[in-house]
Amino acid sequence: MKYITKKNLLRLTEELSSVYRVLAPVAQGGTVTFRRFHPGMTLDMHSRMAAVSAKMATLPQTESLLLVQRVEENKKPELTETLPQGKTLVMGARPCDARGKLLLDPVFITEKIRDQHFIHRRENSIFITLACDQPETTCFCHSVGSGPADTAGSDILLTLVGEGYVAQAISDQGQEIVTHSFFEDAQDRGQQAQAKHGHALELMGQAHDYSSAPAKILERFDDMDFWEVQSAKCISCGACTYMCPTCYCFNITDNDLGLTSQRIRTWDNCMSHTFTLEASGHNPRPTKAHRLKNRVGHKFSYYPDLYGGIMACCGCGRCIKQCPTGVDIRQIVNAAQEYAQ
Amino acid sequence: MSPLDDLKTAIKSRLGELDCVIGWEQGYDQLHATPLFIRSEADLDRLVIGPLAVHNLATYLPGLRGKKVGIIVKGCDSRSVIQLLNENLITRDDLVVFGLCCSGVVSHRKIRAALPVDPGFVEAVDLSTDTLSITASGQTTILHMADIAADKCQICQYPNALIADVLVGSPQESKVLTTLACQEEFEAKSEAEKFAFWQETMSRCIRCYACRNACPMCVCRDFCISTSRDPLWLGQENTPGENMMFQLIHVSHLTGRCTECGECERACPVDIPLLLLRRYMNKQVQDVFEHRAGTALEQTPPLLTFKVEEEGIKERGW
Repeated sequence: MKYITKKNLLRLTEELSSVYRVLAPVAQGGTVTFRRFHPGMTLDMHSRMAAVSAKMATLPQTESLLLVQRVEENKKPELTETLPQGKTLVMGARPCDARGKLLLDPVFITEKIRDQHFIHRRENSIFITLACDQPETTCFCHSVGSGPADTAGSDILLTLVGEGYVAQAISDQGQEIVTHSFFEDAQDRGQQAQAKHGHALELMGQAHDYSSAPAKILERFDDMDFWEVQSAKCISCGACTYMCPTCYCFNITDNDLGLTSQRIRTWDNCMSHTFTLEASGHNPRPTKAHRLKNRVGHKFSYYPDLYGGIMACCGCGRCIKQCPTGVDIRQIVNAAQEYAQ
Repeated sequence: MSPLDDLKTAIKSRLGELDCVIGWEQGYDQLHATPLFIRSEADLDRLVIGPLAVHNLATYLPGLRGKKVGIIVKGCDSRSVIQLLNENLITRDDLVVFGLCCSGVVSHRKIRAALPVDPGFVEAVDLSTDTLSITASGQTTILHMADIAADKCQICQYPNALIADVLVGSPQESKVLTTLACQEEFEAKSEAEKFAFWQETMSRCIRCYACRNACPMCVCRDFCISTSRDPLWLGQENTPGENMMFQLIHVSHLTGRCTECGECERACPVDIPLLLLRRYMNKQVQDVFEHRAGTALEQTPPLLTFKVEEEGIKERGW
């Protein structure tokens, strides 16, 4: 175990920003979001969980896939694949951010399909994660197989002890970073960090058992009355989806700019009407009830059915906390689990 | 009887003829309310009103057209109901309006700024007439309602529902109409400063369209210009320019229709101060057309009508 003071962590982040594209929680306009970090900026690791997750490190909201350039009107256009460049480091992610990232792997990296853009970002990103001291009212990571000091997906796990952090290297890359002279030996602070992890988990209370959720949600598949009641207060915006560390659906658009055009990939969201709109004009998910059914079903039923029972949810609670009308996904899944005919 | 009891009695007597009544209940913690769709007397027990009932429920009405619906409205929310009626987007006969006399709602952003820790750690909330006592992470903070009231409440002209089949509570007085400090501060900026401000603010936007979907007057719903692919009116890439373009489209489409309920700004998950644009636009509408949306039935929004010569627009003799 190593230890680094707050001041040195900032200096380390500044140093790393010359090698990596560093994304860090930065407070601006009253909110905290992950922003590109440049020397001279301050880190806002503690005041609150960043409003938007660190998903953009491995799946950016907009990314270029292809450039099309037509030099002359009558000649064949030139196509250039635009692969991501460089390395990214996320400073101050939360364990839910890091775990969320892992849930995208089986989708983008399969035997048949290997998404080159995703793989490049995934292999060239480092997560320095901060263990959580206490849960928010919307946190439920311990119910979906994670916890406030979960190391899954992180390269280094930091735990606030005194005026600095105990640093636990998780991966080889993390190990390399903690050899920097900014780090000192943690001494007995390692035990204090352990105690904090235990305390944080205790504060979360009894975990909810979601094991019956996949089957129970599927049982309600054709019960539109159920979904209409559950979705009544939803306004069908995309806040939940875009905040979510595990939502990975994307859209592809050709931005035609005359002689040049760009094929871009952007986040999509299943709460939008256009998400399943077919060319014929038919929409298999015409109402918000159909769409919310998909969102909840995907996370707690279809994904776990496909990928070994793991929920496509890291329990960060951003979809609940950030929802303009307070739609609570926990309540919806519970309602399906406890549904009595 | 308290206004809440009066309200419950009134709803109980009409519930039988309605598909649902839309109100509020406690949300995921004591600090947050959430919309409640009351379908039975058992649901009615969960009803809450007061300063935490921030949502403008009129947003749901166009989507429920064809059903018999009851709705609970604060003064500001009632303006949205009136505006929707004036635009023929909802049907009066299908609607029962339970009006409140409102003494203001909180701004969750101001609460967040005033607390020593994030409100996500809230443990207990105690509400009195003028204060809100919040315990979070073991620390108790007493906040004065005047300091945490939503901006719109500080200059509220219509605290009592302007349209109501049943009005509960004792009528409240209007506030003095002044310009908000945040608005003055923004408008005093130079063009270059404003540009830099939006450049930075819009770089936070994630285009989730919570602002659009929370807006009671954004009635295109599934057929919004922003999601049209052919023609592609708005680039799908998430850049400050495209994001701002969407906001300007949103504001333009609300000209003379915006009731300044503030739902767009409240819904924004990354705290973009969208009301700066709305208030500015509404002021222009007020100056040119002497029109304030949703303040009277039978009003026609200025851009939904045509006059050969507008009194407020100098078209000749520059």
